[in-house]
Amino acid sequence: MDQGRSHRIRRRLLSLAHFIGLFLAMSLICLPGLWVVLNSFRPTVEIMAKPPVWIPTELNLDHYRAMFGGIGEGGVPVLTYFLNSLVISLTSTVIALLVGMAGGYAFARYRIPGKGAIFVTLMVTRAVPGVALSLPLFILFGRLGIIDTHFGMILVYVALNVPSTIWLIDGFFRQVPKELAEAAEIDGCTRWQAFWKVEFPVARAGIASAGIFAFLTSWNEYALASQLTRSLNSKTMPVGLMDFTSQFTLNWGGMCALAVLMIIPALLLTFLVQKHLIAGLTFGGVKG
Amino acid sequence: MADVVLRDVVKSYGALPVVHAINLDIAHGEFVVLVGPSGCGKSTTLRMIAGLEDISGGTVKIGDRVVNDLPPRDRNISMVFQNYALYPHMTVRENLGFSLHIAKRPKDEIVKAVAQAAEILSLTPLLDRKPGQLSGGQRQRVAMGRAIVRHPDVFLFDEPLSNLDAKLRTQMRVEIKRLHQKVGTTIIYVTHDQIEAMTLADRIVIMRDGHIVQIGTPLEVFERPVNAFVATFIGSPPMNLLPATVTDGALRLSDGTAIPLPPGLTARDGQAVQFGVRADNIMPEGHAMPPTSHMAFVDMPVTLTEPLGTETLLFGTLAGTEVQAKMLNPRPVRTGEVLRFGIALDKCHLFDAETGASLRV
Repeated sequence: MDQGRSHRIRRRLLSLAHFIGLFLAMSLICLPGLWVVLNSFRPTVEIMAKPPVWIPTELNLDHYRAMFGGIGEGGVPVLTYFLNSLVISLTSTVIALLVGMAGGYAFARYRIPGKGAIFVTLMVTRAVPGVALSLPLFILFGRLGIIDTHFGMILVYVALNVPSTIWLIDGFFRQVPKELAEAAEIDGCTRWQAFWKVEFPVARAGIASAGIFAFLTSWNEYALASQLTRSLNSKTMPVGLMDFTSQFTLNWGGMCALAVLMIIPALLLTFLVQKHLIAGLTFGGVKG
Repeated sequence: MADVVLRDVVKSYGALPVVHAINLDIAHGEFVVLVGPSGCGKSTTLRMIAGLEDISGGTVKIGDRVVNDLPPRDRNISMVFQNYALYPHMTVRENLGFSLHIAKRPKDEIVKAVAQAAEILSLTPLLDRKPGQLSGGQRQRVAMGRAIVRHPDVFLFDEPLSNLDAKLRTQMRVEIKRLHQKVGTTIIYVTHDQIEAMTLADRIVIMRDGHIVQIGTPLEVFERPVNAFVATFIGSPPMNLLPATVTDGALRLSDGTAIPLPPGLTARDGQAVQFGVRADNIMPEGHAMPPTSHMAFVDMPVTLTEPLGTETLLFGTLAGTEVQAKMLNPRPVRTGEVLRFGIALDKCHLFDAETGASLRV
């Protein structure tokens, strides 16, 4: 009896320790984000205060109002940046997914001579830091005349995302037993139908997660975009953040407000697709 | 209607042949089992019939059509896979109706066909579940239902029972046999389990290393194996094989024990042979073996016993080789006890020691 009680107490203490540990870790991870959100609602004086003001005394929408305001009042073309970001990120994600699906499926299903080498080469391209490519890309794009265009940025982001989408989608198709497609073919499907009616729906969750990764990479990318976009034609939101810097001042509040606007769509998208990400859809069709 | 004919069918991967020019005639409505150890080419053969593997040479005919270059969907076959290959994103109902749906058959026809198949396999209460919510045996039945729903010319089964536990396997074996009696369609069934082969088949095709070794009814291959491989592969426990030499019209085992030559077998004097005897035909003296006119007797120490209830398996050593014998009315036997065993010679086999071929005339 006594032993049982001490055991119970120990279990409870342990789970409490777990909880505290997790809370601390999560605070560390979330604090910068929360700080950005908080600062976007605070007057500049409070943001710049030393020592920092932890508990805000006044919250308002001044930074947002200014951001959407006219040129003279610290306004930036938020909507244009947002549309640029959206068009570039969505288009590049869709293309990267299509290429990734074709490539990933081929890697997962077919014997290709030199498969290993091709795969490693694809991965190695990701080992090159993006910034290192910015100058060569700038020169190349300059010659081609595609600097400061949606097309140029989409091209860059497709190239950036294709290796990882191929890699991820290859993994997901590997988990789909090849007997499923064979069964579909025997049931009367063409190779193409077997893919779209059976293999694709089964791997859908994985493809969706590869899509999120690709979208977020494009959405958040700054280093290359800052070099290759020049004007309202193609400037994306991360580059737009730099509008808040001037020679002698930094408008931290405005920057935070724009950052919040950037986070919201990414957050929404992740929540929307999250239910597709739940694993286990694949399992059950075959033994187990 | 739909017989299946294989003529000189070859499969090779690059320069590596895995199926060597096999010939096989399967009659309409026949239940044929391809059996053999792993890597013998039985699954590859089945997949060539299904159209899932290219045929490197020879012809495969289903009915009157040569199907070599037809894709699987044009062969009017159904296949049950080892891992069932149910579509995990569809309900049982959708799984069953998928082939008809693809063929763009009218809705009411699909509903009727699915209901009928579900009825035959008692799947009706499960129709709205997804495969993930089914037990192994239920999944197996859905896979069979998907196969029968479209009334194919031929059913192909690729080791369909090997993922089930022993009890369920016995049960499903019976269901498959019943299904065949009910629908009467030609079945080609691949397994590595000789018991499945014996219990299910009208005819058994025994394969090894890409060749067909023997084709025959279960009793034919059991009673008249063409070589030592078939003799040890078919039957449980496997046939005992004892190395021996033919001397003066008798068999001499390696330790000098002499056994009269079994009747109906031919062997040259001095020929090295393997003497084959099943456990059913070597029993302790006085233990209810059906008496025959051709008996031989040997003394053998018992090293291990396996009581099975109605009978007990006795392991002994004869001329340096382990031998399994049967005792039909069991009594306790001590390890090391030397018993006198009777061998029913007219049920025994002789195989050439080099080629393994049967020496029965």
